[in-house]
Amino acid sequence: MTTTMRSLVVLGAGTAGTMVVNKLRHRLPTTEWRITVVDKDDVHDYQPGYLFLPFGLIEPEQVRRSRHGLITEGVELVLGDVDRVDPVAREVSLLDGRTLVYDELVIASGTSPRPDQTPGMLGPEWHRSVGEFYTYEGATALREALAGFSGGRLVVHVTEMPIKCPVAPLEFAFLADDFLRRRGLRERTEIVYVTPLDGAFTKPVASRELGHLLADKGITVETDFMVEHVDQERRVLVSYDEREVAYDQLVTIPLNMGADFVARSGLGDELNYVPVDKHTSLSTKHASIFVLGDASNIPTSKAGSVAHFSVEVFVENFIEHVHGQDMTHAFDGHANCFVESGGGKAMLLDFNYDTEPLTGTFPVPHLGPMTLLKQSRANHLGKLAFRHIYWNILLPGRPLGLPAQMSMAGKVPAA
Amino acid sequence: MPTTTIAGHAVEVNDEGFLTHPDQWSDDLGSELARLIGIELTDDHWKLVHFLRDDFAHLGETATLRRVSTQTGTPIKSLFDLFPGKPAKKMAYVAGLPKPKGCV
Ligand SMILES: Cc1cc2nc3c(=O)[nH]c(=O)nc-3n(C[C@H](O)[C@H](O)[C@H](O)COP(=O)(O)OP(=O)(O)OC[C@H]3O[C@@H](n4cnc5c(N)ncnc54)[C@H](O)[C@@H]3O)c2cc1C
Repeated sequence: MTTTMRSLVVLGAGTAGTMVVNKLRHRLPTTEWRITVVDKDDVHDYQPGYLFLPFGLIEPEQVRRSRHGLITEGVELVLGDVDRVDPVAREVSLLDGRTLVYDELVIASGTSPRPDQTPGMLGPEWHRSVGEFYTYEGATALREALAGFSGGRLVVHVTEMPIKCPVAPLEFAFLADDFLRRRGLRERTEIVYVTPLDGAFTKPVASRELGHLLADKGITVETDFMVEHVDQERRVLVSYDEREVAYDQLVTIPLNMGADFVARSGLGDELNYVPVDKHTSLSTKHASIFVLGDASNIPTSKAGSVAHFSVEVFVENFIEHVHGQDMTHAFDGHANCFVESGGGKAMLLDFNYDTEPLTGTFPVPHLGPMTLLKQSRANHLGKLAFRHIYWNILLPGRPLGLPAQMSMAGKVPAA
Repeated sequence: MPTTTIAGHAVEVNDEGFLTHPDQWSDDLGSELARLIGIELTDDHWKLVHFLRDDFAHLGETATLRRVSTQTGTPIKSLFDLFPGKPAKKMAYVAGLPKPKGCV
């Protein structure tokens, strides 16, 4: 008896795509399944490192690796730009004209900053007085800009939600406070945090526990600010309701959007995120398309930890799915984020679709006991150690020993 | 959570006055919630409020301003005219939905 080879194609070899091919290669026989993963280029960045680059707390070469070295044997890495998915023909076309045929498709193309979506953001001052740290180029350029910064108004700005790693801009403000103190510039600098939401902290337990942090550090907050355009000449952000925020150095998080091929293929919503069932990651429209990581519309944070937990659940479901069985595992939206709070400390947040971040302690294998929603040195060291865990345990698909489902053990329930 | 009576209906609200159970909402409750923040609902308002309700029922999340704008074909500037100052928050309030949130 001969079995026909089946083909799994994964679009994107970032956090989710790399983990998923490495895990599935060990679960799907090479005699039955061909696994192919596509990415534009051969550089895999540890994106959480971008936060530390502008302050010189990490070196550029520590956040970059070749994708080839991260993909397990038996998986084909194709370098090329995805142009379009044809869900009916089950075909992916690349910009260079190649096509890939699939039986099952995983979209893991993430989300990226889109400064082109806000008038005036791109321009002669882009990556200079209008800085950002959501790309490698942006984070390294910001390091230059901060090195030459001599005081004035430093404005940290979020264009619109959702963004990946939604706490990163707050962490940036905390680390900037530290950085400026160390350089003796804090007295001469006003730090302003500008958000489209109605506060820097919007959830009850978090704002009760953490609300004081910004005031303690002398960071002022401008809320409900929906930017309409950036005026680079006058150095102001202008909102739809005609408020202005002046800056000397702007650090903006541009609108984040999913990949354009998602829109071209008719698979996305208004921000190019693919609608999926939030428990199985299966497309709501196509029974052979799954979406993992930042590329989907699941209502939880766009974060590497979410990608990790959802991939673990997905792998079990996928094995059932390809055997024609019902998928019996359900992802609960579990997210787990370290938040740098400056002064060599960090906080840890743990939450899911139904439970907001709580206080308490949290055992993290390899890292030890962490305090939830409170600043501690252990959490900061945990965040730093995470880079090694990312390269050596998470991406290769080794078990981290953290349950994918959120647990309430050690946590203080909300009042 | 405090219980309060709005337009003759007993509803539960949080400390900012947002309904905590979106299913306790109705059109006349919406009108009254709008009146409480000084807005008289016109057809243009209703179109947005009903979009928010339907969208929440499908996705389980309050639509962002951009989503409301693109899905209903209303420029963001007009959203600011209809719900002055804080359109995202005010639309959610009137539609009986959770306000847009970050993760902390
Ligand atoms: C500054 C910063 C700090 C962060 N800090 C944290 C943190 O502390 N903790 C945490 O959990 N998460 C953090 N994150 C978020 C985390 O990095 C992402 O959530 C995670 O990488 C998502 O994985 P992904 O696989 O969905 O997307 P990605 O890892 O971004 O991968 C997507 C891949 O798809 C490829 N791709 C896209 N379009 C195409 C195309 N057309 N053709 C071919 N390939 C394509 C891209 O090249 C990319 O390699 C941070 C992110 C940033 C930017």
